[in-house]
Amino acid sequence: MKDKIVLSQGFEIQGADFVRGGEASCQIVEALRDLAFPPEIVRRAGIASYEMEMNMVLYADHGMLSLTVTPDAIMIFADDQGQGIPDIELAMQNGYSTATQEIREMGFGAGMGLSNIKKNSDKMQITSTVGEGTKVHIVIEANGARSNS
Amino acid sequence: MRLRDIVDAIGAQVLVGDKSLLEREITTASACDLMSDVLAFAKSGILLITGLTNSQVVRTAVIADLSGVIIVRGKQPETATVELARKMRVPLLGTSMHMFETCSELSKIGIIGTCSDTS
Ligand SMILES: Nc1ncnc2c1ncn2[C@@H]1O[C@H](COP(=O)(O)OP(=O)(O)OP(=O)(O)O)[C@@H](O)[C@H]1O
Ligand SMILES: [Mg+2]
Repeated sequence: MKDKIVLSQGFEIQGADFVRGGEASCQIVEALRDLAFPPEIVRRAGIASYEMEMNMVLYADHGMLSLTVTPDAIMIFADDQGQGIPDIELAMQNGYSTATQEIREMGFGAGMGLSNIKKNSDKMQITSTVGEGTKVHIVIEANGARSNS
Repeated sequence: MRLRDIVDAIGAQVLVGDKSLLEREITTASACDLMSDVLAFAKSGILLITGLTNSQVVRTAVIADLSGVIIVRGKQPETATVELARKMRVPLLGTSMHMFETCSELSKIGIIGTCSDTS
């Protein structure tokens, strides 16, 4: 039963919602802890998820953050409707950011988010269409990592 | 060193922290005003020194598994931030000192930085 789904959750994300921004990722972290994943894997998934979520809050109109857990892997998918990314290679570079001063004052805009996502995942796929939106898909391999599986 | 020892040593204000939260052991701290920097460099279990006061600070602490947050320059966090910290069990301290003085005082009592922390 390699592709059996252990857990599947979806969260609606609203652009510019700083009251709730990051809440979905905290819930994902709690869910993964409850599934008895080791702290290091939960931390990696949480960091990637939070960066994906905050990018939607900062740069998109709205989107969905989805978590799928199978016995082998943790998969997180961010799918947003928004401005999109004109040059993904450039956006992936450490330190590249289009954040405004206002965003920086809120603690974002280091230009580290996409590289944090990449660093903490085993697979990362990003596609974007300017004026339509952005999709980021990551996989964290977790084969047999759960202490109660 | 326990969080409560830090509170006593530098005269910090406890914004969120019950008895058990203040028992947390701290050896290492990191000073940061950009959340992605925290997520890139901070190790779990450290104390975050920051000038930010919004809910995302608390959520960053949860995600990065930090042991606590100290807010500098006497800034009072929004009520939502305090409530969230209480709910998520993230100790929140405050100090009127600025960032550099806070780091310097913590260093004097033996708190180290993430680069010196080889554990
Ligand atoms: N979902 C998205 N929609 C549109 N643009 C995006 C999206 N995600 C990232 N970007 C663009 O890519 C740039 C780099 O993103 P990245 O997450 O690496 O850094 P940042 O968000 O600017 O800062 P940080 O994540 O360090 O707070 C952003 O400044 C933005 O221009
Ligand atoms: Mg980002």
